[in-house]
This record gives sequence, C-alpha cells and structure tokens, in this order.
Amino acid sequence: MGMLFSLVVVVALILIALFGVKVIGLQFLFGVIIPYIAVLTFIFGMLYRVLKWSRSPVPFHIPTTCGQQKSLSWIKHSKIENPAGTLGVIIRMALEIFLFRSLFRNLKSDLRDGRLVYGSDKWLWLAGLAFHVSFFTVFIRHLRFFANPVPKFLNVIDSIDGFLQVGVPHLLITGVLLLLAALYLFIRRVYIPQVRYISLPADYFPLFLIIAIASTGILMRYFTKVDIVKVKTLTMGLASLHPHIPDGIGAIFFVHLFLVSVLFTYFPFSKLVHMGGVFLSPTRNLANNSRMKRHVNPWNYPVKVHTYEEYEEEFREKMKSADIPVEKE
Amino acid sequence: MAKTAKPPKPEELSKIDYRPPRTHWMDTPVQFKEGTFCYASRPKYLEEVDFPNAREWSSADEDWKLPDNWKEILLEGIKDRLKKYRSFQLFMDICVRCGACADKCHFFLGSGDPKNMPVLRAELIRSVYRKYFTLGGKLFGKRAGARELTYDVFKEWWYYFFQCTECRRCSVFCPYGIDTAEITMMGRELINLLGCNTDWIMGPVANCYKKGNHLGLEPHTIKMNIEMMCDDIEEITGIRIEPTFNRKGAEILFVTPSGDLFGMPGIYTCMGYLMLFHELGLDYTWSTYASEGGNFGFFTSNEMAKRLYYKIYAEAKRLGVKWILGGECGHMWRLVHQYLDTWHGPADFLEVPKSPITGTVFEHAKSTKMVHVVEFTADLIRHGKLNLDPSRNDHLRVTFHDSCNTSRGMGIFEEPRYIIKHVCNHFYEMPEDTIREKTFCCGSGSGLNAGENMELRMRGGFPRANAVKYVHEKHGVNMLANICAIDRAALTTLMQYWVPQVDVCGVHELVGNALVMKGEKKRTQDLRLEDLPGVEEETEEEGE
Repeated sequence: MGMLFSLVVVVALILIALFGVKVIGLQFLFGVIIPYIAVLTFIFGMLYRVLKWSRSPVPFHIPTTCGQQKSLSWIKHSKIENPAGTLGVIIRMALEIFLFRSLFRNLKSDLRDGRLVYGSDKWLWLAGLAFHVSFFTVFIRHLRFFANPVPKFLNVIDSIDGFLQVGVPHLLITGVLLLLAALYLFIRRVYIPQVRYISLPADYFPLFLIIAIASTGILMRYFTKVDIVKVKTLTMGLASLHPHIPDGIGAIFFVHLFLVSVLFTYFPFSKLVHMGGVFLSPTRNLANNSRMKRHVNPWNYPVKVHTYEEYEEEFREKMKSADIPVEKE
Repeated sequence: MAKTAKPPKPEELSKIDYRPPRTHWMDTPVQFKEGTFCYASRPKYLEEVDFPNAREWSSADEDWKLPDNWKEILLEGIKDRLKKYRSFQLFMDICVRCGACADKCHFFLGSGDPKNMPVLRAELIRSVYRKYFTLGGKLFGKRAGARELTYDVFKEWWYYFFQCTECRRCSVFCPYGIDTAEITMMGRELINLLGCNTDWIMGPVANCYKKGNHLGLEPHTIKMNIEMMCDDIEEITGIRIEPTFNRKGAEILFVTPSGDLFGMPGIYTCMGYLMLFHELGLDYTWSTYASEGGNFGFFTSNEMAKRLYYKIYAEAKRLGVKWILGGECGHMWRLVHQYLDTWHGPADFLEVPKSPITGTVFEHAKSTKMVHVVEFTADLIRHGKLNLDPSRNDHLRVTFHDSCNTSRGMGIFEEPRYIIKHVCNHFYEMPEDTIREKTFCCGSGSGLNAGENMELRMRGGFPRANAVKYVHEKHGVNMLANICAIDRAALTTLMQYWVPQVDVCGVHELVGNALVMKGEKKRTQDLRLEDLPGVEEETEEEGE
C-alpha cells in the first residue's frame, strides 16, 4: 500500500527540486535556505527526541539477559551477554551498536511436515551492517566539503574507500555499497510476505529517499561529473555562514542536496530516530545486577496492602486449631 | 473452574498457514475464535482488590459494558504511562519494522496469525499512539501508520495482549532490544483501567491478596497439604519430616509458588524441597501469609503486582528471619530479581544470604537478600554436602526446559543443569535454538493457563513441544524437567497433547529422588509413589 505512495513522493521531491532550480531559478532557496533549515531541524529535532526519552524514567531494572548470570563463583559468568557491571554493559552496547549483535542471532524458522526447524539467517544482519557502515562512511567522506584544508583522516578514508583504484575519479566502494544494500533492504521488504504485510509508507519512504540520494551522488561523481570546485565553494560558504551560490553548478547537485535536506528534516520525526534510541534501550543498557544493587524507581508510591494483622484477624481461629502460631491469642 | 474447550487434533493444529491475509491488518477486524481467549472476570474479584468497573460481562459479547468515557480513560492511561516508562515511550518510537522478531514468537509460529508477530502486536497500540501523540499521525493518519482508537481496536488489544506470554524471546533478537513484554504489560494495564481482565487472572489475584496465595489455600489447608506430602515422604523413605509454619526466629523464610502445594506434579517438587531441607537440618520456616512466590498481579498492573509482593518482606521482617530462599518458579523470579527490591526495598532488616551448610555468601543477592533454590542446591552439591544416588533416576531420560523469565530476565542457565547432571545419569539437551536465552515458552505463561483457551495454549506451546518431541525421538527422553510452577502444570497438558510419552517434573523432584537421607529405608518408590524399576523384586517385604 505504502510503496507506490512513497515512490510518488520521492519522485515528486526530485521534480520539485529540478523545477525550482531549472525553471524558476531558486538556487538560493534550494542551495542555502532549505539546507540550513534541514540541519537545524535535525539538530533540534533529535535533541528534543532524546530529551523526551530521557525525561521518562526507567522505573524498573529490566535488562534482557542472553547468557549465564553472575552468581556462584565457580559458574562461568557470561560477562558480555549478561553483564553484571558497567564495563560489561559498555562492551555489550558497543557490540550492539557497531556490530548489530542481536541481529546476528537471527534465525529463520521453517515448518516441514509438522516439524519446526531453525536455521541461521544472517542476510538481514549483513545487509543492515553494510547499509549503516557505508552510510556512515559516505557521511564522513562528505565532511571534506566543509573543511579547508581537508583533514588528513578524510583523505585516508577516501584512499581506503577507493582501494580498488578503478575509474576516474576512483570508484569509492561505500557509495555503491550503500545503494546496493538499500536496494536489498527494499527487495527484502517486498519479497518476504510478513515483512511486506507490516510495512508502512514510513518504511518505504526513507529507503527510496536514500536510494535516490545515493543514485544522484553516484551520477554526479562518475557520470555527469559535477564541477567539484564550485560545489566546494558553495558548501564552504554554508559552513562559514557566508552562503554564496557560484554559477554553473548542474541541477542534479541541487536535487541531491534537496533530497539530503529532506532526509535531515524527516529524520527526527521518523523511525530513523532509532539511531539515538538504541543507546537508551533499557533492555540492553543496564547491568544485570538488580539483586546486588537496589534499583530506585523515582515514582514509586505507597500502595494499599493486606497486612499480616488483617490476615490473622480473618484466620486466627483456623490457625490456632491447626497449631500455627499467632500474634494475638 | 472453567470448562475445557477441546482443541482440534494435533495433526490438524500443526498445519499452520503463515501467509498473511489479503486485507491490510488495519482493515482486518479481530475475530474472537472459540478456544483462543479467556472468560471475563467475575465482578467480585475486581471488587476485592478495588479495581474499576466491576460488572457481569462476557468477553464473547458484543457489549462489554465499558464506562462512557472509556476512550478518554485509555488515552489518558497511555499518556501517563509514556511519561512513567522510558521503555514504553522508546519502544513506541524506534521500531523500524525489520521483521527480525516475526518468527521468534511462539504464538506466531503456532498460529500463523500476523497479529501475533511481535512487531504487529506492538503496532496495534503504536498505531493509536501515532494518531493521538505524534505530529505525523495527527496530520497524515493512515499514511503515517496511525488509526483511531475504536471499540473494535480495544477488543483487538484485549484479544492479542492475552495472546502474549511476556516471554521476551523477541527482545533477544530485536536490534534495539524492543521488548514486547513491556508493551503487553502496558496494554494490559490499559485493559485493566476499564475492568476487563480475565477470570483466570483476577481469581488468583483476589485470592492472593486476601489469603496469601493464588489458589486461595487457607492457613490450615497449607499445613495439611504439606503434612500430607510428609506422609508420602515417610512412606517412601521411612523418615518423618516436621516442617514449621510461621515460626519466628527461623534463620530462613522459604517462599515458593502455591502451585507447589497443590496438584501434580508440583507437589513432587515440593516434596523434594522438604526432603532436602530436612536432610540439611535447615533452620527454616514456611509462611501461610507469604504463601505465594508467583504474582498474577503482574498480569494486571504494576501496582497490583506491588501490592501482592508486599507480603514477602513484611513477613520476613515479622518473623525475624535472616534471609529468604525462593522456590522454583518462572515469573516469580523475574519479579524477585528485577522488581521486588525496587518496590519494597531496601530490605536492610535482613542479612546478606549465607548458606549455613557451606558458608557460601550469596554476594549476587546481597541487596534483595533472596536466593533461588537452585543456586542454593547447586552450591551444596559443589561442596559435596549431599549424598546423591543418581541411579534412582535411571528410569528417566531427562531434558531441561529453560523457563522464559529465569532465562531472559535473570540468566539462570548453569545452576539447574549442574544439579540435574548430578542427580540423573541421562540428560539430553534440546536443540540449541530452543534452549537458554532462545528458549520457547510453554505457551501458557502470564496468566494464560486457563481451560477455555486450550487451542491457543496448544498452539503457543507448539514450538516447545516440537523440540521435546525431537529429543524424545532421538534420545528416548521421557521427562521434561523445569524450574517453574506454571511450566509444571502447563507443560504437562502440552505434553499430553503433543508428546504424550513425556512427563514433566521440577528439578527438586529429581533431587528428592536421588537424595540419600540419613537413616532412610531402602527406597523402592520414587516421589510419585511409583515403583522404581529393578528394585521391587529384592525388597518385596519392605514394599508393604
């Protein structure tokens, strides 16, 4: 249902940018105003999100434990899957955030002649990781547009990314990988009936958007060969808060920039906030030490209880005749 | 109490169609299918614990007799809980619908109903959250995955939040740790605001509140039940055990789920405890007031759970014990481990638990001051304090079912296995994707172990039963051991349905069988009063 709708929206966004730049000549709007708004929306939107999450307390200590607890000294404790202290939690979280530990566990179940069988299924993990790592690298690589001179580490990243040394300019793997991984995630979403069934426009839209962003980026770098010097003049102007639009930058650049701006703006209002949320997940970021250390619930309030006195009042005679000790004879 | 709706035959039930329906889930109205839902609570149970909207009603009826402002109550309830629980607020926002959780749920695997995929179960409530609490949902409605809260939506919540056992298996696989148990708990709290809980949950809650335990056993009955077990123990071992009740000054208070005090095979586990504690000469007492380790209140609301668990520390304080030992139970241990101290602590009137037999200090329980009996027993065995004859369990080929709560809310994996390996000679693990943190629920947890929803229970337990069947066929396994009272009851029914050759027991029943007690007569029977194979011939005279 949401697929076509999302596709139409993304195509419309591309057309809006093309029309705005080519026909009306709104280079300043698409090159300066919208990107500024997008970045501000992203920063304040994410801040708002994270603050909103952190304002809700964690009343109970609810880590999901995935290994042996720390109990008796001679039983081997699973220090990462069931951490008992801060260090373990940090490692657990690092594995989750950088290597998608939980997704790595993924299984696929199959019903064969009334029997359920399970097999390892790492494709989602692999594609997910490829997608996120390449997206992150692509993002970092783009920082070169906002710094002069370009810091050394960016050049290092570029040379690693372009290690194949094919094409002019050198083919950067992550850009292509990002596109392929996003395409895989899209195909998977449509191909697996259950996943298609749960998919919303909010699932297709960011995929299409990112596919379009990656495609326009690749198109500019390898095919239409956008004038990189002029682009850098524009981006440095943005970075130094002295925006300036040089003449003769191809419209496709503005489409690319506009789509990125849409992504930034959309980000804090969408499921993409999982980027920040994963850090706060109480089933992952707490140590399993709730019997060792008392967890305090800030809104813990007194409740109505049934006291022993009330209980004995009701059952005193029965207790006495059964020789169960009582407080009041 | 409730009649048992007979489920279809296993051959039929195991034909499961996983293809989603053609209509979008929002346009597929909920259908209450006989055998898959529980009866509505009787008003008296609600009244006994001051729950709202006590009235006669039926879950199969069109009209649920909700208060006029039901919608406001629910929306206000959501708002309140978003502010109180980070888990709820976060899990409403960050799901990307990757679907990794979909086939991890035993109810989905057993029913094929897409609304039993954890992601969609959460979307049932998330869609309403979007409509009333997010900008996108308010502006774009269905396009943003939002929908109105209607009477039917509420009924859909009711139907599907009582098809989740809060087992947390999905949260193991979720890349963000989204825990459907948290969402189901919120869903049930909301349901509770309108007085729509099930009879099977509210009955035990009301019982437990006033009488101290879910089964409503009164003090003299508890004592009598335990004494009857002691009679059986005497018959089996020749030893008379005299446990104490509500005894002040005991070193340890023992709290176990009341399921161990009544009905089979729970009582055999209880006999195991009694024999073990007697053999150790443990200075401990039972309590008739704090006579419930389990907590069905947790299946209604956090507040009710807290109200029921008040008794444990209060009784420990009244009796002046040093620490508390807890029996084999699943959700009890999730609550003792993750909630009790927060609700009613700090328990500074108690001492850090120390085994009087081995001197082991249970540092990992130094704040809550409550030790799991398998931790206690594993420590005893490790220190060579028990004289064990595992050959008395030679007629059993045992596998171990990890209970959801002790696995994913605690991580108690090795202790029970260590015990089993010392009291049995034949132990076989089920396939690795079905045990430990990946264990499958019995299908009847979180208050779903009623009679009228039998088809649902058999479906939910299908993945577990399937794994048992595998080891039964491969290794001849005939006993399914576990450390949970609900498992002991629910798995028995599940096995009868799916793998009738397999019986169910608690770990301490196996301990009781193997435990060589000082001065005991030659055993010819196990704790079930069944003849031990190969022993009866030589000891014919003693058998009488």
